[in-house]
Amino acid sequence: MNTSPLGYLNAAGTYAHHILPLTWYTLVVSIGVCVVISVLLWMAIARNRVARDVETRDVPVERGGNGLRWISVGLCISAVPLGVALVWTMFVLAAVASPPKQPALILDVTARQWWWDVRYNGDQPSDVFETANEIHIPVGQPVLIRLHAADVIHSFWVPKLSGKTDVIPGQTNQSWMQADAPGRFLGQCSEFCGYQHAHMQFEVVAQTPEDFAAWRASQLQPAPDPVTAEAKRGLDLMETRCGLCHEVRGTRAGAVSGPDLTHLMSRRTIAAGQFDNNTGNLAGWIEVSQAMKPGSLMPNQQLSGQQISDELAYLETLQ
Amino acid sequence: MRAPDYRTPEIGIDGAAHQGKLFRQWETAPGLKGFFTTVDHKVIGLRYIVTAFIFLALGGVEALVMRMQLAGPNLALLTPDEYNQLFSTHGMTMIFLYASPILSGFSNYLWPLLLGSRDMAFPRLNALSYWIYLASGLFLYAGFLTGNGPNDGWFNYVPNASKAFNPGLNQDFYALGMVFLGISVTVGAANFIVTAFRTRAPGMSINRLPILVWGTLTASVANLVVVPAVSLAFFMLWMDRQFGTHFFDAAGGGQALLWQHLFWIFGHPWVYAIVLPAMGMVSDGLPVFCRRPLVGYSVVALSTVATMILGFGVWVHHMFATGLPGLGLAFFSGASIAITLPSAVAVFAWIATIWHGRPVITTAFLFFSSMILLFVIGGVSGFMTASVPVDWQLTDTYFVVAHLHYVLIGINVFPVVGAMYFWFPKMSGRFLDEKLGRWNFWTMFLGFNLAFLPMHLTGLLGMPRRVYTYNDYPGWATLNLLTSVGSFIFALGVLLFFVNVVKSLRVGAKAGANPWDAPTLEWSVPSPPPPYNFGVIPTVASRHPLWESRLEENGVLSSMDRGMLLDSGKETIATTALDAQPDMILEMPEDSYAPVILTAGMSVLFVGLLLKNWITVAVGAVIVAGGILAWLWPSRALREREPAVEAAHG
Repeated sequence: MNTSPLGYLNAAGTYAHHILPLTWYTLVVSIGVCVVISVLLWMAIARNRVARDVETRDVPVERGGNGLRWISVGLCISAVPLGVALVWTMFVLAAVASPPKQPALILDVTARQWWWDVRYNGDQPSDVFETANEIHIPVGQPVLIRLHAADVIHSFWVPKLSGKTDVIPGQTNQSWMQADAPGRFLGQCSEFCGYQHAHMQFEVVAQTPEDFAAWRASQLQPAPDPVTAEAKRGLDLMETRCGLCHEVRGTRAGAVSGPDLTHLMSRRTIAAGQFDNNTGNLAGWIEVSQAMKPGSLMPNQQLSGQQISDELAYLETLQ
Repeated sequence: MRAPDYRTPEIGIDGAAHQGKLFRQWETAPGLKGFFTTVDHKVIGLRYIVTAFIFLALGGVEALVMRMQLAGPNLALLTPDEYNQLFSTHGMTMIFLYASPILSGFSNYLWPLLLGSRDMAFPRLNALSYWIYLASGLFLYAGFLTGNGPNDGWFNYVPNASKAFNPGLNQDFYALGMVFLGISVTVGAANFIVTAFRTRAPGMSINRLPILVWGTLTASVANLVVVPAVSLAFFMLWMDRQFGTHFFDAAGGGQALLWQHLFWIFGHPWVYAIVLPAMGMVSDGLPVFCRRPLVGYSVVALSTVATMILGFGVWVHHMFATGLPGLGLAFFSGASIAITLPSAVAVFAWIATIWHGRPVITTAFLFFSSMILLFVIGGVSGFMTASVPVDWQLTDTYFVVAHLHYVLIGINVFPVVGAMYFWFPKMSGRFLDEKLGRWNFWTMFLGFNLAFLPMHLTGLLGMPRRVYTYNDYPGWATLNLLTSVGSFIFALGVLLFFVNVVKSLRVGAKAGANPWDAPTLEWSVPSPPPPYNFGVIPTVASRHPLWESRLEENGVLSSMDRGMLLDSGKETIATTALDAQPDMILEMPEDSYAPVILTAGMSVLFVGLLLKNWITVAVGAVIVAGGILAWLWPSRALREREPAVEAAHG
């Protein structure tokens, strides 16, 4: 059960830890109620049932016992776990509803059909960069996430770290997370958002503060100049075609309607978590994205074999 | 104008000549004329039931197709668009075209019989509400069948439903169809409310109403209050889409969240509206098979009303994750937890009824009693989602899908099928087959639980809702396969039910007027009842008119054979709202083409709006105006211009 990447019966972050005991409490109470009611129902039927072959109309009508005590006693017993749940709910709500006042990091996450744009803020404009579908955070530190919707409503959810917060056009909702230990945690859009709602995932990568700092520094670097002839032709293609939607910092590809590709190869997956990031999938994604993810806003590129290998050669350099 | 007459209804004994006279006054014309003009509540009720079951079958087939797609990870039986239209249409069908109309059908059929009346308060309005239901259902399905079904869920959140993201006709079909259907629900609700308060048999004071009547009455009041919210929301959506208004468009100063408020302020009370009457069926049916009156009648009736009142204050629990302020969430969380208590009243009352009774295990009893367990399972999972922080994990996962199916199948489908086993003899004069009934029950019960009990775990393992396919994460594939297998077994059970109905209609064992020895008024008339229901209007002295002699309630017995004859025209009696004292003679309308003409006009009008073809709209409007004019044309027989008749009692 703990191995299910979206399961929330185990927690790996402060926010989720607050919720988990309450989840278990309500779950155990619920199962207990079902068991008790099943037993009572069974006993009620078994104790007085008439023989199988007797017709309903042949059984005499009697008022029998009064039975009102069932209702009064039942209500009093039911009220106790409900009251506990109510009070507990308020405490947990108070603990997790407000984002931390002094976050170590503030991220702006923009949900789009069907991927996640992640913007890292900094004191200087030169400290700001964007990436996609992969959120790196330092462990043990609260991270504030400001949520923006570019098109329709989505919902931001990393079950092991924090509950859902909807991402709604026209308003900026906030969520937060604080991971206990390094690891990778799956996130998933959890509000129906159209065609490819099913494939709108992302990953949160929790790292030690040192690793995080190193990752951040490397992400701030612009793309290196290509060296090989192949990669140079690939850069040309990037700037003249891919650059209509994508950005590669340090080149003339500077559009922002698709994911930032500056450090594409540092990411584990492509297409919002749908495919592993490897050469075969990348080539497929560029050529026949509509077959791999029908309805995706990435069009089929229909490049020649030569162009594809040039492009892949260039993408390999975007570490 | 005729002088006002203060006629006192003649009191007499029921007899063959009297009934023959009534029959001629009340019977519907044969053939097509009668088909289109009838206002008989029993015919209308049965039409509602048959139509709703057809929609249940359609929605069920849609579900099975989806379950094939979801039987394993990464299957490609359906395209994303097909899947999205299917799950949206499935929700629309089950919630709007099955769950509510089926209960309207039972209530339409049963109410006048339960209440000791000869028809609903407004028979022509009753016919209108059915015709509009049928027309709007066909309208909505015309969209689906032409590839323009709803594709944004039954909840239809903007901006995904707005023109920018949804350029096809899909959302126009859905929006206009829902406004259309809303007219049916509204007129139906008004009719139920007036019927409950004004057309009960003398002596049936408000504390003697069957619980089914309490359930439908409560639901109808709720519908009258909340349906305008959703009709308005869908109208505004259509305006946004077609005329560039910005009600829901953030870029134009509108609010996406406004849709959710308008939708759920309707949507949650609606959930209670489609379960409270079904709970009423159990409260009335179960005691018959326990051979004793319901335990705690008064608290059950009051808890029905209390559920609805609290039900107006819980809609935000569908919106816990939308970023609303914590204080507001806390209030709605508290209300959502508190609403468990009135539901618990019903559960304990039912168990106590069985405990202190002598249960006879009929198929109807199996459906009613198993519903108690399914109700509790659906209830406790609802309680879990009522806790805001827990809901932030549960919401929009399969846990909620499991929850809502326990609610809608457990508290609607199971009682409804049980009610068919219970009331089918009244409707048809024949029993449903009990042996087939056992097979029917156990396949439905086991199939349902196999499909939906493991689904709670699917949700706890994090599987999100409304995904057309899923990855092979640990546990998901097995659980989904179980659900798919269970859903087919459940569907087989429903099929057995339909088979039983068709078979028993022809060869079922004959049932008399009161085959179960049940206590309420509908069992005092022949099966199936004559067009006028009651030869003489019964006078009611207790909650259980047909059990009085054995329960020794208060020594005063109800009168079935002797009462108001009311045979000088199509007449029934109106009584006072609380005490059911006779108040006036109601002259009931003859059969009429007006409802079906009005519906045809509205259909033309809505098709015109859909196509934005203003000539068609104008033609539709003229037909509607003509229909209304024909409807409202003063009729001497109805004495619509004359004052009330003096009370008949005393």
